[in-house]
Amino acid sequence: MVVSAMDYGENPSASTGQIWQWLGEVRDPEIPVISVTDLGIIRAVEWLGGECVITITPTYSGCPAMDVIAEEIAETLQAHGIKPPRIVYQLSPAWSTDWMTEAGKQKLSGYGIAPPQQQVVDISSIQRYREVQPAIACPQCGSVDTQLVSQFGSTACKALYKCKACLEPFDYFKPH
Amino acid sequence: MSENEFNHKLNDKFNHVLRLADNAMILSQRLSQWCGKGPALEEDMALTNVALDLMGQARLWYAYAAELEGKGRTEDDLAFLRDAHDFHNLLLLEQPNGNYADTLMRQFLFDTWHYHYLQALKQSTDQQIAAIAEKSLKEVTYHLRRSSDLVVRLGDGTELSQKMMQTALEELWRFTGEMFMDDEIDVAMHEAGIAPLHSDLRAAWDTYLADVMHAATLRLPDANSWMQKGGKQGVHTEHMGYLLAEMQFLQRAYPGAQW
Repeated sequence: MVVSAMDYGENPSASTGQIWQWLGEVRDPEIPVISVTDLGIIRAVEWLGGECVITITPTYSGCPAMDVIAEEIAETLQAHGIKPPRIVYQLSPAWSTDWMTEAGKQKLSGYGIAPPQQQVVDISSIQRYREVQPAIACPQCGSVDTQLVSQFGSTACKALYKCKACLEPFDYFKPH
Repeated sequence: MSENEFNHKLNDKFNHVLRLADNAMILSQRLSQWCGKGPALEEDMALTNVALDLMGQARLWYAYAAELEGKGRTEDDLAFLRDAHDFHNLLLLEQPNGNYADTLMRQFLFDTWHYHYLQALKQSTDQQIAAIAEKSLKEVTYHLRRSSDLVVRLGDGTELSQKMMQTALEELWRFTGEMFMDDEIDVAMHEAGIAPLHSDLRAAWDTYLADVMHAATLRLPDANSWMQKGGKQGVHTEHMGYLLAEMQFLQRAYPGAQW
């Protein structure tokens, strides 16, 4: 079957700014309250030779959400009349939670996940006696009287905490 | 450079990347075997999440190895359609899970090596290797912090946990020497500025290990004791065939099967 550009609807060449806006509708499949632009994984949106090219940075190497995200980006853009884009994965510089938007962090908190608080994981050196970790505020009651239960929570990007004030467990999005 | 020399160099790089892929893949497979069987729910999740990180890293390395080879093999072909003698992982990583002390000690010994190796590898003149190393290092730093903490807690724990950790350390010790041996591929990679020499990482590994073992009240075995080797050259222990039989069964029985 021959498919012409017309078959993809009325937006064969929407502006990249418009596409960025549409990407804000693509949710993280595991944390549906934040979008891929909130996460900070979209690195570039370009038109190259009539083809829309979207460069994304993987979060964790083995994150199973990455394939789903690529599919959802294609679906969302198609719904807006854009031909399925080419997705390019860019590894370096590696994604970090510092790229998450402030709005994204607030949405996480409202959803019951404590957002990453400190700076990204320090890979420059390893020492056993490391500085005291910052207190993580409970997203339910706001208390900082919380305790790490497990370094890995429901997904690789989260740790499990419990609040000693309201006694509720909660996920913490780890600095990465 | 003659075409033959060029191919030889390319082959060295392919084999070098393949070793990194195999290390991550084989340990990931071992850790996955704990899924649903961890001693506590949190440990179960932690081990399988570490397995997931390592599998993601293995995919990046395999995909690059397949590209370097340029013979049409995919990352899946490299993981599922090679036999034991074509795998180049460290012998330490294929050792059975044993009890939880064995699993943790294996993890700690590897994490310490892995951290220092990736730290040096991110200076690679090969941009893709440097990028994968940088990406992996963030995850591996977290793995090392976790396994170091647990080694200290269980070493400096009860009489029983201390004894089990000490036994695990002594049982696995003979597989650590191989981590610091350089063969002709390592030397060629080092000369090309692509990778560090393993022998150059020994001092940093020793220092960190001594610090953790001291805190864990564990006695380090003799560094000059007899060491088992051969993993990098494809000469494996008797456990490797069983591990691959489980890992590769589906692709062997149903070629091309998709998830």
